[in-house]
Amino acid sequence: MPLRIEVGFRPHIRDALGEKIKRRIVEDFKFHVTGVKTIYVYTIDAHLTPGEIQLIAKGPLSDPIIQAYSIDQPLAQNFDWVIEVGLKPGVTDNVGRTAKEAIEQLLNRELEKGEGVYTSVQYVISGNLTKEQATYIAEGLLGNPLIHRFNICNKSSWNKEKGMGVSVPKVRIDEKPEVAYINLNVDDVNLMKISRERLLALDLGEMKAIKGYFNDPEVIEKRKKVGLKGGPTDVELEALAQTWSEHCKHKIFNGIIHYTDETGKTMIVDSLFDTYIKGATEEIRKAKGKSDFCLSVFKDNAGVIKFNEHWSLAFKVETHNAPSALDPYGGALTGIVGVNRDPFGTGLGAKLIFNVDTFCFANPFYDKPIPASILHPKRIFEGVREGVEHGGNKSGIPTLNGSIVFDDRYLGRPLVYCGTCGLIPAHIQGRPSHIKQARPNDLIVMVGGRIGKDGIHGATFSSQALHEESPTAAVQIGDPITQRKMTDFLLVARDLGLYNSITDNGAGGLSSSVGEMALDTGGFELHLEKAPLKYSGLHPWEILLSESQERMTLAVDPKNIDTFLSLAERMGVEASVLGRFTDTGKFHVLYKGEIVAYVDMDFLHHGLPKKEMVAKWQKKVYPEPNLKPPSDLTSILYAMLSRLNICSKESVIRQYDHEVQGGSVVKPLVGIQNDGPSDAAVLRPLLDSWEGIVVSSGICPKYSDIDTYHMMACAIDEAVRNAIAVGGNIDHMAGLDNFCWCDPIQSHDNPDGQYKLAQLVRANQALYTYTRAYGIPCISGKDSMKNDYRMGDTKISIPPTVLFSLIGKIEDVRRTITMDAKEPADLVYILGTTYNEMGGSEYYAHHGFVGNNVPRVRAIDAKRLYQSLSQAIYQGLVASCHDCSDGGLAVALAETSFAGGLGMEIDLRSVPTVDISQNDILLFSESQSRFIVTIKPELKREFEDVMAGNVFAEIGRVTSDETFRITGLEGDTIIKASIYELKERWKKPLMGL
Amino acid sequence: MAKRVKCIVLSGNGTNCEMEMAYACKLGGADEVDIVHISELIYGLRRLDSYHFLNLPGGFLDGDDLGAAKAGANRIKYARVKDTSERLYDQLLKFIKQGKLILGICNGFQLMVKAGLLPGFNRDFETQTVTLTYNDSGRFEDRWVCLKINPNSPCIFTKGMERVYLPVRHGEGKFIPRDEKILKRLHEDGLVVVQYSDEHFQQPTMTYPLNPNGSVDAIAGICDESGRLFGMMPHPEAYLYYTNHPRWTRERLPEEGEGILFFRNAITYIRETLL
Repeated sequence: MPLRIEVGFRPHIRDALGEKIKRRIVEDFKFHVTGVKTIYVYTIDAHLTPGEIQLIAKGPLSDPIIQAYSIDQPLAQNFDWVIEVGLKPGVTDNVGRTAKEAIEQLLNRELEKGEGVYTSVQYVISGNLTKEQATYIAEGLLGNPLIHRFNICNKSSWNKEKGMGVSVPKVRIDEKPEVAYINLNVDDVNLMKISRERLLALDLGEMKAIKGYFNDPEVIEKRKKVGLKGGPTDVELEALAQTWSEHCKHKIFNGIIHYTDETGKTMIVDSLFDTYIKGATEEIRKAKGKSDFCLSVFKDNAGVIKFNEHWSLAFKVETHNAPSALDPYGGALTGIVGVNRDPFGTGLGAKLIFNVDTFCFANPFYDKPIPASILHPKRIFEGVREGVEHGGNKSGIPTLNGSIVFDDRYLGRPLVYCGTCGLIPAHIQGRPSHIKQARPNDLIVMVGGRIGKDGIHGATFSSQALHEESPTAAVQIGDPITQRKMTDFLLVARDLGLYNSITDNGAGGLSSSVGEMALDTGGFELHLEKAPLKYSGLHPWEILLSESQERMTLAVDPKNIDTFLSLAERMGVEASVLGRFTDTGKFHVLYKGEIVAYVDMDFLHHGLPKKEMVAKWQKKVYPEPNLKPPSDLTSILYAMLSRLNICSKESVIRQYDHEVQGGSVVKPLVGIQNDGPSDAAVLRPLLDSWEGIVVSSGICPKYSDIDTYHMMACAIDEAVRNAIAVGGNIDHMAGLDNFCWCDPIQSHDNPDGQYKLAQLVRANQALYTYTRAYGIPCISGKDSMKNDYRMGDTKISIPPTVLFSLIGKIEDVRRTITMDAKEPADLVYILGTTYNEMGGSEYYAHHGFVGNNVPRVRAIDAKRLYQSLSQAIYQGLVASCHDCSDGGLAVALAETSFAGGLGMEIDLRSVPTVDISQNDILLFSESQSRFIVTIKPELKREFEDVMAGNVFAEIGRVTSDETFRITGLEGDTIIKASIYELKERWKKPLMGL
Repeated sequence: MAKRVKCIVLSGNGTNCEMEMAYACKLGGADEVDIVHISELIYGLRRLDSYHFLNLPGGFLDGDDLGAAKAGANRIKYARVKDTSERLYDQLLKFIKQGKLILGICNGFQLMVKAGLLPGFNRDFETQTVTLTYNDSGRFEDRWVCLKINPNSPCIFTKGMERVYLPVRHGEGKFIPRDEKILKRLHEDGLVVVQYSDEHFQQPTMTYPLNPNGSVDAIAGICDESGRLFGMMPHPEAYLYYTNHPRWTRERLPEEGEGILFFRNAITYIRETLL
């Protein structure tokens, strides 16, 4: 008989989670609730003696000091409503899995097959609520109908003896696993119907290419020989759709584009990726010659660069947007633990040393009606934040850098960028570690989690806009602990040289991981029935395509397999041999001895027809606001500091562990009270060396409305100047580009597709120009091309967004610096020229305008400035350095001042400008490549000597009082404020999140 | 056996800070430091007997899924050495009996408390009498805190120290004793070793965020009556060099981080007493 154990806090113990929930109900929903208590519920479906049950409840499931438990009888008392939230059958239940393991440890025996533990949480609510309100709380705050089941009960319908009663959310599948043949010899309309109904996301040309292949007499003949009759099996069709998905093949970035610019001039771009991204990196590497530090770019799961003679770095950033829109917590958690497996599956495998994350959300305080099937941005914010918190913190990887960008066009699709860097010894067992190679006859071994229906069609799903029938199977929940056990084990196996190749199971599951690894040997043979499943009843194609998390695929030499498997067993990790790599040229899959897929590797990987697309650029012109100079600039500065894109993100930063592994040098929060905004992070990956890594990023979607060319240029510049500001060196930096776009393919539903594609072309042109100008090679990247929300007549498209992430080598971390003003009487300098570049600025946005004068990056001036500044910092001449970005000069000065706990006197008349006659424009223009620097007065001459040849000026000094003062262009005081007041305005907006 | 100080840092199932804790032992003067995966103990490939100093590092044992370190404590108490009837915990009890040292940091402290190793009144190391639970803020937080050290405690690890500045990084660090009697005895016996304090390291404080979690009597760490078993929430292994300090770019600090002192004290004690 299944039973329930409930665990709750004793009456005098504070229930922090309950209090938090109560606060949210009262503040966000304005419902009248006076108290919320939480109860943890374990539903155990296993044969146990009464004595064992007592032991379990008393032992691992409850804390005797603060908790009470009950068995098959409710704990809840004195309430108005009880809401119980559990997971739907098949959704990953991490707590249930741990509880089961703990029970097995305690009893010193394993539970029977099919027995299990399922968890749920009960919220015991006091307050006068209607049934509708209770349901609203359940679905709008406590859980997500996509993955949770709810049981809602009020006090009058409550059964005092049984409470909620026992129900076991066990997966039951009544279908029998089978393989279907699909007839493609139908007309075009029906071909597309097949693509649509099976969620293949293939267009007509692609469907026809597949049809053609299976009608090829030679193919038919060969298939006949192995006993296959006729057209593709569902396994084959699904594998093709996955391999050819936008997610895996990047058809837009690799297609042919006919581009017309604003003058009507046309050109053909054959692959944006080859031409602009890879093209730039190749040129940069050539120019660097002997000092080229790239080891492996664009071919592995992450890009690899040299750190020093003995160590290399593997870095990758991914997005997990579509799943995070459906279930923010699960989506983001899966995003971070998923990207962890990229550097982990690069070369022979890297130890993970830091995470980065950048989010794009709509305003969390959005108060207009929310379109159907969209979660409120505050829920998305909190869910994503928590998912990344659990993924990063539990995995023991410090979160070093990131940002949050707000724009209400992210309402339908939030963007969740997660990145991870790993450290690999340059050589392992005498082999260069950045190279991996499966060999014929190597065994295909799957390690880690088991396979379920979760995440099926993730690769094809993420290549589509969100619509009403989006499959909920696309939602999954990551499991950091299963992954941690797996990575602990694999690093030991790696150092023993037990495998030849490793890759992760992400989008496309085994189909993708085995299919790609088999490119090394030219084929493979895979036996699907050998794959360990979470529950029975999966069709063969589902086993092949499932995106269940926490799995790696390896190529293991048969002579090492026994050692490999026994090490796995000892370290508590499941590993299964699923087949072997071959040189037959075939993608060969069997299920219980029967062939279910037999496709030429060559067709699978090279049979995809190139996409041809049209792009037309037209410059948009926006109204110029011609704002009058405001009379009270102090109030304006307060308002600017409180803007979401400028204000402090401290509450989020603190909830991420940024110090684990012990190498933290420049933290995300710096200054006299550890709360100033750092420009970049620095860490020491090797505890016995002063060598370090600088990490930064740039993201400026707000400029996309005017011109994506300058958006891209500014994003690159922002990342570079952030890294320079802490002491980075432009000669040893590498970049990663992550494009998130709205659908750039013209169609009936998407009438401005050609414009959006032109925006994409322009962004790539800027990437080509500016990475070469700075000599910063891109080593890896990713694109996510359909970030649109479509429901009935409502369509919301994100602004074209690129995250440019940067990693650099620091020779000696002791020479790095931070952004906070250090000492009274230090001199304040501005480096770089301020132009009238208000287009897309926070100041214009504050007044409801976009404008047209978008900031431009003058790369030659900027690079010279960066080299001089690096030199000055290296020589110890700079006390603090902060870059000017959102909110311009005024915001950078204020932040420098209050982070240092010191006042400042600034005179705008000394600032080098071009074409500026108004104080507000000078203060808030967002011209690029500028810094605020403070230096000790006695170093003035030396500093100015090093900076000679650049535009810079002394504009004031740091003061010992607590007043921030700015003299305007007319010589009058235009801003006077207490640094504490400035800081308070800056800290407040997001403090509660 | 040569006179060498040997340290073990226990890892696996979600520990995260083993690398820097091992490094702290080395900087503290240990001759040998092994990071040992718990499966090596369970498979009998290594034994605790070979070491003097057991380090239980921070992390999230089993994801802290049943409450911080709950499942971990369950494992360490019930796991048996493979193909024998020996409980791993018996090895641990023997280790304690031999007068050897145990340090639990963060999740390691939670593990010690929940297994009953701390405070270990009357040398009963199997009964839990205090706990660590959710921060009053309901949040995980990474922030540096000022800690006042009790000069009258028998703790080996804090000998000669009066104050220390270290980071906390936890969501479940609120210290709660079972009852007033337990709390009273902790104070009377000098077992309250570290308390969250004001900025001047003078007064224990209940004010957030100086006291980051709402711990009763601002208790951040406790020891057993021998002073050889010690656990605390803040991370000494996260402050081994001045560059770990959040304000190293603005304050004059010695190159060596204050966190090393805990480890040096332990290793000096072993060298003087156990070798």
